Amino acid sequence: MFKKIPRTNLLFFGGALLVFLVVQIAISTNILNDFWSTIIRIGGVMAIVSLGLNLIYGFNGQFSLGQWGFYAIGAYTAADITYRWNDSYEATALSILLIGVLLVGGSIVYLRSLLGKIRGLDALSAFTMYFLTTLILGVLAVYLGQLVGPYVAGLLLALPADVSQQLVFVLAVIIGGILAAEVSFLFGLPVLTLGSDYFGIATLGFTIIVKVLLDNSDTMFGFAEMKGARGMVGIPKLTTWFWVFLGLLIVVVVMRNLLHSSYGRAVVSVREDEIAGKAMGVDVAEYKILAFVIGSFFAGLAGGLYAHINGFLHPSSFNFIRSFDPMIIIVLGGLGSMTGTLLASFTWALLLEGVLRLVLPQGFETWRFVVYPLLLLLIMLVRPSGLLGTYELPFLRQVLPPLKAFSKSNSNSANPGSGNPAPVQEATK
Amino acid sequence: MSDKSMPSSQDGRQSILEIQELSIQFGGLRAVNNFDLSLKPHALQGLIGPNGAGKTTVFNMITGVYLPTAGRIFIKGLEVTGLEPHEINHLGVARTFQNIRLFPSLTVLDNVRIAYHTHAGYSFVDGVLHNARFQHKERELTEKAQDFLAVFNLQDRQGWVARNLPYGEQRRLEIARALAAEPQLLLLDEPAAGMNPAESSSLMELIHFIRERFDLTILLIEHQMRVVMGICETITVMDFGEVIARGTPQEIQSNPKVIEAYLGPGAAALSEKFRRKKVSEAS
Repeated sequence: MFKKIPRTNLLFFGGALLVFLVVQIAISTNILNDFWSTIIRIGGVMAIVSLGLNLIYGFNGQFSLGQWGFYAIGAYTAADITYRWNDSYEATALSILLIGVLLVGGSIVYLRSLLGKIRGLDALSAFTMYFLTTLILGVLAVYLGQLVGPYVAGLLLALPADVSQQLVFVLAVIIGGILAAEVSFLFGLPVLTLGSDYFGIATLGFTIIVKVLLDNSDTMFGFAEMKGARGMVGIPKLTTWFWVFLGLLIVVVVMRNLLHSSYGRAVVSVREDEIAGKAMGVDVAEYKILAFVIGSFFAGLAGGLYAHINGFLHPSSFNFIRSFDPMIIIVLGGLGSMTGTLLASFTWALLLEGVLRLVLPQGFETWRFVVYPLLLLLIMLVRPSGLLGTYELPFLRQVLPPLKAFSKSNSNSANPGSGNPAPVQEATK
Repeated sequence: MSDKSMPSSQDGRQSILEIQELSIQFGGLRAVNNFDLSLKPHALQGLIGPNGAGKTTVFNMITGVYLPTAGRIFIKGLEVTGLEPHEINHLGVARTFQNIRLFPSLTVLDNVRIAYHTHAGYSFVDGVLHNARFQHKERELTEKAQDFLAVFNLQDRQGWVARNLPYGEQRRLEIARALAAEPQLLLLDEPAAGMNPAESSSLMELIHFIRERFDLTILLIEHQMRVVMGICETITVMDFGEVIARGTPQEIQSNPKVIEAYLGPGAAALSEKFRRKKVSEAS
């Protein structure tokens, strides 16, 4: 019954396990100190964000600066849930958000299948429907969440403390991801109708809006624990190398599988030629949304993981300037190359955030921001296709099917399209 | 889209494509004016005219790229005016482009496989998990794509990146890709452009062949008269956005309006003189 597992898959998962173990052992035996272990975890988190952005920009061709905004949404959402649980064993936030994202997610999927049947529906009326539904379900979720919150807390308290904390953490990260994805869906629906550059500017605006909202989270919205522009402290430090690695592995496998399916091919066709894609029956608007939502989901996940690395979040780390970090990484690694993105993320973290911080003399750390652009310039001049160009690890590469054998008679009857010189009488006419 | 019913056709057979009084205006320019066309199943109709006559604009309106200012388009009896290009494709219309529009950095095989994405037969979740259902369906559609490549003699090129193909093969790949969407109506926009006589005559054979094999209705824009006159059953001639003549290739060749459209006023009389001279010399 079991089929043979391809050699490339074995090699990939074996290699991944090896990398995990080596780093894990190095961290446990303190060969890598706190500083370096943080750097490596940040590298992994950046890899998740950048893979998401590469899906949007590298594979789908939509220049987006909004990735950092979704990262911020994921980070603050997850941080708020675990903070409240850790601080006062309160599971109301968890319940509200969990019910909310599930209801809204379900309604989006359901409405999508309904609205898909209507021909020629414009984006704005569709957006209005989704938005109103989300609003109603959001209010419903707040009521339901407050109702079931205490019971959920009771259930969680019945579990061993460690288990419940990890459970809340994992749920929080996933909720952060889904919330980011849902926000990106609502935001992307009207905005993705814009052409490429305009879309970039709109997403830049989104990142700025998110940052400003976070600056005022305590005064305007009453999330006192987020402390607005003073920065959120006291988030439990739960993001271990294990969770970062697991998240990254899942993201890599999901993205690879997606890209090598018919959905992925449609996503890439949008980058290649929108008009030809439409003529081939690709619903360009739909696949732009698909790539955008999945990319933002990855950003949200990464945000949740990031929040629990240092236990400290500040709106300034979600400044729009920082939204160029993943952009730089995917350009360095090569647009449309997953292997390149992975390599560039860890290189970025280890060299620029790690080594340069140590090498540069005291007070000169900010010179990193001179080195980044210089590096970018150099790469553009020397290797415009990115570090690895279009190289992919064998596991991530597309496998060409074997050539089909055709019988002689079949190929003869099917020959008029051959590019061989035409019949003689035609040429002599 | 108020009335979706099909206008009754005279001979009872439903047209694959029916265009009524189609017009489009770009600013002050009326690019197409009162264009009518009716295509019966299995027809092979040519659409010719001098540069700028509005032929490609007609194609763009049929496929939903442009929204016509006035007029209606029916495909298999269903009004499609105002639909999105991909929705029109799902109704069984495929096209090629005047300047080739492949997916340049994808492989030849993927170019064709993209055409199957609407009827791939597995869900998004199957695609993410790469489960048994995915493997099965994916193998099926890959084999179908390879069959199409074989029809166009491109089977050895499946791993090539499309932009690296020679020109003639890019043209063939574009037709293969269009056919993979399993259309009933195929719109070919200057398929023989840039081809030498040998290549274009093998293209003519190819067009005949695919029409029989896939039971297609074909509407063809072409500038090479040898190709148009050689394969089309009927021809519609456009000039300055209007239809100036319709008929069989023989009728079109001797139509003075067509000659004037191509060669300028007075040319018809001149060509008539030459023909008489030839006839009298021969006798």
